[in-house]
Amino acid sequence: MSTYQNKIALSHVKKSFGTAEILKDISLEVKKGQVVALLGPSGSGKSTIFNLITNLITPDEGTITVDGNVGYMYQKDTMVPWKKVIDNIALPLRFQGMNKREAREKAISYLDTFGLSGYETKYPSMLSGGMKQRANFLKTYLTSNDIILLDEPFGALDSMTRKRMQMWLLSVTKEMNATILLITHDIEEAIFLADQVYVLSDKPATVLGQVAVEFETERTEATVLEERFISYKKKITEILEL
Amino acid sequence: MKSHSIVKKIIPVLFIVSLLGVWEAVVRINQIEPYILPAPSNVVDALCKDFPILWDNMLVTLYEGMLGFVIAIGLSLVLAIIIDLVPVLKEAIYPVLVISQTIPTIAIAPLFLIWFGFGILPKVVVVVLVCFFPMVISLVDGMEAVDQDLINHFQLMGANKLQRFVHLKLPFGLINFFSGMRIAATYSIMGAIIGEWLGGNKGLGVYMTRAKSVYAIDKMFAAIVLIVAASLLVFGVIHFIEKITTPWMRQKGE
Repeated sequence: MSTYQNKIALSHVKKSFGTAEILKDISLEVKKGQVVALLGPSGSGKSTIFNLITNLITPDEGTITVDGNVGYMYQKDTMVPWKKVIDNIALPLRFQGMNKREAREKAISYLDTFGLSGYETKYPSMLSGGMKQRANFLKTYLTSNDIILLDEPFGALDSMTRKRMQMWLLSVTKEMNATILLITHDIEEAIFLADQVYVLSDKPATVLGQVAVEFETERTEATVLEERFISYKKKITEILEL
Repeated sequence: MKSHSIVKKIIPVLFIVSLLGVWEAVVRINQIEPYILPAPSNVVDALCKDFPILWDNMLVTLYEGMLGFVIAIGLSLVLAIIIDLVPVLKEAIYPVLVISQTIPTIAIAPLFLIWFGFGILPKVVVVVLVCFFPMVISLVDGMEAVDQDLINHFQLMGANKLQRFVHLKLPFGLINFFSGMRIAATYSIMGAIIGEWLGGNKGLGVYMTRAKSVYAIDKMFAAIVLIVAASLLVFGVIHFIEKITTPWMRQKGE
């Protein structure tokens, strides 16, 4: 397999914390413009993979190559309560060297796409869960629109909001042309959003299998009812039960 | 809803009024001498008669308390920031801070009189000492309580150490700082009174020692009433400052 267009590549990565082995043998590749899902049970060390990719921790064995700038979005809301929504979103721009006014102006230009117009001068505590995550996503996007890591971005939302956010994510990612690596424990979310699904085992994590996802037509709410969707679901369930 | 909150506010007032009523009745029925325990009415009487003098003394006490309080705020900010930036210093200073708090203020305060004389300086020093600790601890703890994920997140957004401090740790610490400030605010007047009790020529503490030596218990109580009022005033001012500097807390409640 050629690796020249890989944005992220992990090869036989191992990681333990003390005596606890978290990652046993992880190899994966994310190509430019792809949306790749890491699917696995909660607490299977998926977040550890993200911490390795962002260099917050180093692997015990194996190699990790990342080609590009990385933005990382957490499951929990990472806006600070004392800054207005717009200033929270503009933080990465400030850290990139822009002054407050420039950073605000640039952030404001994205608010419409991210469905946050009219909320820029509110404090984060005023926003609903779905809005908070949209704001966090924009903040991540402004950190880097090259590679974006999403760690269960909708995990804390109710199922209705979650469905809506998935649809929304699908529509914005199409325009963004970013490379996205998504952590989830929801099989349907993985199939619905990703081009490629890596199925991970319980701790210590290994890659149980990978499934390439492709639909003939553009993905919509109805996609989840397609036969193909169901067959992907069966396939992944089988891999998980092995 | 609204009438409910009014009832809530009236309850403590009614309770205090009835306590005072019981006190008044006990003193009158048992005909207790005023130099043992004056009735609330005697206290109000003393308060009115001696008000100009009491007021003058209270201003002095308030001034000492506020001066010490402000100095303590400055010192605790500086120390907490240094402690946070140089972790080794925390190991060194934290235990000393805790140990220093076990020394009874009343035991070392007389020393300040010897060292700093009878002016306002020894009083201010006592106030700084009692106010400093709760504030520095609340600030340091607040800065330490910042979620490691948030620190990582800021690092990944490109924040350097100084930016992480300015945009994340310091504001986090300052929110917690207010709880320390509220405690310190009530201590500040108390600290000034302790300093004045030990010697001096003005202030509510001095007034009280003079009243005590001539068994004018009603005047002592009058002074206590003013001490409570002054402490509540300082507490209220801090509360007000907290309200206007943390607007996101208000929006939440709406």
